[in-house]
Amino acid sequence: MASDVSEQIEVPAAQRRLAWLSRSTLARHVLLAAGGAVVLYLISVGLDPYRDYLMAQVAAMVVAVAGLTVLIGLSGQISIGNGAFMAVGGYTGALIFMHLHWPLGLILVVAAVVAAAVGAVFGLAAARLRGPYLAGATLMFAVALPFLANQFSGVLGGDQGLGFFITSPAFLGVNFSLQRWQAWVNCGVGLVVFVLLANLTASKVGRSWRAIRDDEIAAALAGLNVAGYKILAFIVSAACAGLGGVLLAIYDGTVSPSLFTFGLSIQLLTAAVLGGLGSLAGAIWGAALLVIVPIYLQDVAVSHGFASQATSAAIPTLAYGVVLIVVMLAFPRGIQGGLSRLVKKKGSL
Amino acid sequence: MVEFLEFTLEGLSAGMIYAAIALSLVLIWRGTGVLNYAQGAMAMLTSFIALEVIYVSHSYWLGFVVALAAGLVIGGIVERVVIRPVTGKPPLNAVIVTIGLLILIEGLAGLLYGSNDRSFPPAFSINGLSIGSVALGITRNDIFTGVAVLLAAAALAVTFRYTSIGLRLRATAFNARVARLLGVRVGRMLTLGWALAGLLGALAGLLVSPATFLNPNSMDTIFVLGFTAAVIGGLESPAGAVVGGLVLGVVLSYAGGYLGSEVVNLFGLAALLLVLMFRPSGLFSSAQARRV
Amino acid sequence: MSEATLVVAGVTAGYGDAPVLREVSVTAAAGTITAVLGANGAGKTTLLRAIDGSLKLSAGRVVLDGTELSGRRPEEVSRAGVAHVPEGQGVISELTVAENLRLGLLLRPRADRAAALSDIYERFAVLAKRRNLPASTLSGGERQMLVIARALATRPRVLLLDEPSLGLAPKIVSEVLDLIRRLKDEIGLTIVLVEQNARSALAIADTGLVLNLGTVVVTAPAGQLAADEALRRHYLGF
Repeated sequence: MASDVSEQIEVPAAQRRLAWLSRSTLARHVLLAAGGAVVLYLISVGLDPYRDYLMAQVAAMVVAVAGLTVLIGLSGQISIGNGAFMAVGGYTGALIFMHLHWPLGLILVVAAVVAAAVGAVFGLAAARLRGPYLAGATLMFAVALPFLANQFSGVLGGDQGLGFFITSPAFLGVNFSLQRWQAWVNCGVGLVVFVLLANLTASKVGRSWRAIRDDEIAAALAGLNVAGYKILAFIVSAACAGLGGVLLAIYDGTVSPSLFTFGLSIQLLTAAVLGGLGSLAGAIWGAALLVIVPIYLQDVAVSHGFASQATSAAIPTLAYGVVLIVVMLAFPRGIQGGLSRLVKKKGSL
Repeated sequence: MVEFLEFTLEGLSAGMIYAAIALSLVLIWRGTGVLNYAQGAMAMLTSFIALEVIYVSHSYWLGFVVALAAGLVIGGIVERVVIRPVTGKPPLNAVIVTIGLLILIEGLAGLLYGSNDRSFPPAFSINGLSIGSVALGITRNDIFTGVAVLLAAAALAVTFRYTSIGLRLRATAFNARVARLLGVRVGRMLTLGWALAGLLGALAGLLVSPATFLNPNSMDTIFVLGFTAAVIGGLESPAGAVVGGLVLGVVLSYAGGYLGSEVVNLFGLAALLLVLMFRPSGLFSSAQARRV
Repeated sequence: MSEATLVVAGVTAGYGDAPVLREVSVTAAAGTITAVLGANGAGKTTLLRAIDGSLKLSAGRVVLDGTELSGRRPEEVSRAGVAHVPEGQGVISELTVAENLRLGLLLRPRADRAAALSDIYERFAVLAKRRNLPASTLSGGERQMLVIARALATRPRVLLLDEPSLGLAPKIVSEVLDLIRRLKDEIGLTIVLVEQNARSALAIADTGLVLNLGTVVVTAPAGQLAADEALRRHYLGF
């Protein structure tokens, strides 16, 4: 709602030369993404391999979190189980990679489509559910799905999982850092997803989601196909989660049940909330905090003697818990919401 | 046939645990309209407290009582400190806060105890009982589990139905505004509801920990299954919670017994989806579900 | 039962930033019925919510026989002796009739409750017949009886009634109004009666007060208000 207003205000203020940009949402988003790509490229070449590797992880999470942000923030449905859709995407990607040897781009697309299909089936089943019932179904989904890997261990590799090693293309040279290539692939996919999601949220579909979120009955009376739009939101968020799952597999080099735990689903939710629900930019904040903060927290805790190596893994968890509660009590709209509120206050002064 | 009996009894025993968790969730849901995702984590924490007390005092029963009391206190504190500020806000805020609480408690336990499994003593013998030469597949401790949960449920039912405090609790749950106009101190009732739920959760933790071992995540699955039981039962209905727990326990026991332990959770998911497909707000809910 | 005077002095209150009530003053004298009249949106219900503690006052005071009520929470205001019978949804329909009444009795000493309950059943024969049924099974008129009976069970010193005749058949309306008059005459309750139906409210009230857009237009003896044709036509619509 608030963003609609600010967009309307920005348009007349835009420079005349760029007026065509404000008329074409797609062009504006593509231009922004191109700018983002340049920035990300410059960052990635300046980083050491380990940090490139982290960048790949952040990008994978961003994609999945962005889908969840759309689902919760725009359509008003909750999922505590989007890690399951990441698993669907990850395993699909790994299976195609192992058996069919398709090119990476195609693998990504198919993984997203398969996850979207599972999301559609789940969304169909869940369209009548609300609140805690919906949350319960998604929760159970996330807990139960990884067990499939053990049930069909012949195909899915059981606890060991499946390998998924990508290599950098030949034209970059043999000595090109694999981590940098992982970062490029993941960030590139992330940018594409952002352009698509940004356009979707600005479109009729996005407006319909918001209408349904704010008042489902009014939206239905206004002739919107409420169930259809709700399922569509599930499909979009599942597709993003599926893509995120493949990207996570690219980062990790494997897919296994231990990569797609219930904890991962909770992390996605944490990141979406931290970033501010309903704000795509917030998904970046949230995912970055989620990946980077624990690493530093653990280092600091161990080096200052607060915890041993064995117990330090619990520190980020503890910190997330505290932060989630504090954010919800202090900034009910998340970090991005808090920031834009601060900016708006300043602007009005 | 013997196998069937064995699986049934095992399922009922496990179902009692799910029923206890489900009941505690229903208690909180009816009172405050909040689903407490931290219910399992709170039970894990009180079980660690019990373990500490048992370790120091060498008395299982002292640990048992202290854990129940800790559940009561923690439940009340949680309501006062983190739940009260989000009541009346969008429901999602309460969801996030309780999930925050879940990972906070698990993080805390991980920091204090590490992530390794600890064994937890049972109240009674865990040697299998038998009639003549026929093994029943249950133990004295399983029987204690059933009796303890049934007693707790009965005590709650009597309290709610026949006492003044129970009437106040119910009035608060059904219509807080009217209760307030009649002089009911609604805030205290909400705290009390959470405290009682904390106690029930602590009981479930004590009863299940000998079987699952104790670690910071050991109650996750139990919570999810208890939650499933509550959703199957309809979240509004204490009787539904108990029935949902027992049904789930038995179904999962058959699935695990006849088809192998890997499918147990898949069956849980299937059972949940099947029920929700036909009854989107559970088996025992009244016609119109609360809109959240 | 003790008689009490309720004084509302210069109260300003509302929802959010916009005040609905502006410097409203009312005195409900002990043992009288004060009818609060006015069009929809005049602030009648808001006035009751300001008295019962549901709304924070931005100015003014509410005093019951020298005891300050303003700033207290609803549960404390009702414990001080102000019973508010809200419009419409006052029955807890999941509880039985008897449980609704027992809830009201909880403010009394344990020893008095049984006797008080049989008193209530004597006065409200309809409720006695249905005591063990869920309140959801009652008709509109019976529900209104139940909420009034439940308010009496708290042994109030002041009774706030919000539109007790709303949605009831004319015959039932006169029964309810008759009951209200008898409560004043027989128990000596102080009653503040909010009504849309000004004609019948003035018929049983001692004092009438007309609210318009959140301010008091006039306070006068009920008979005088009923006789003032211009006022009636302008604000009361009869």
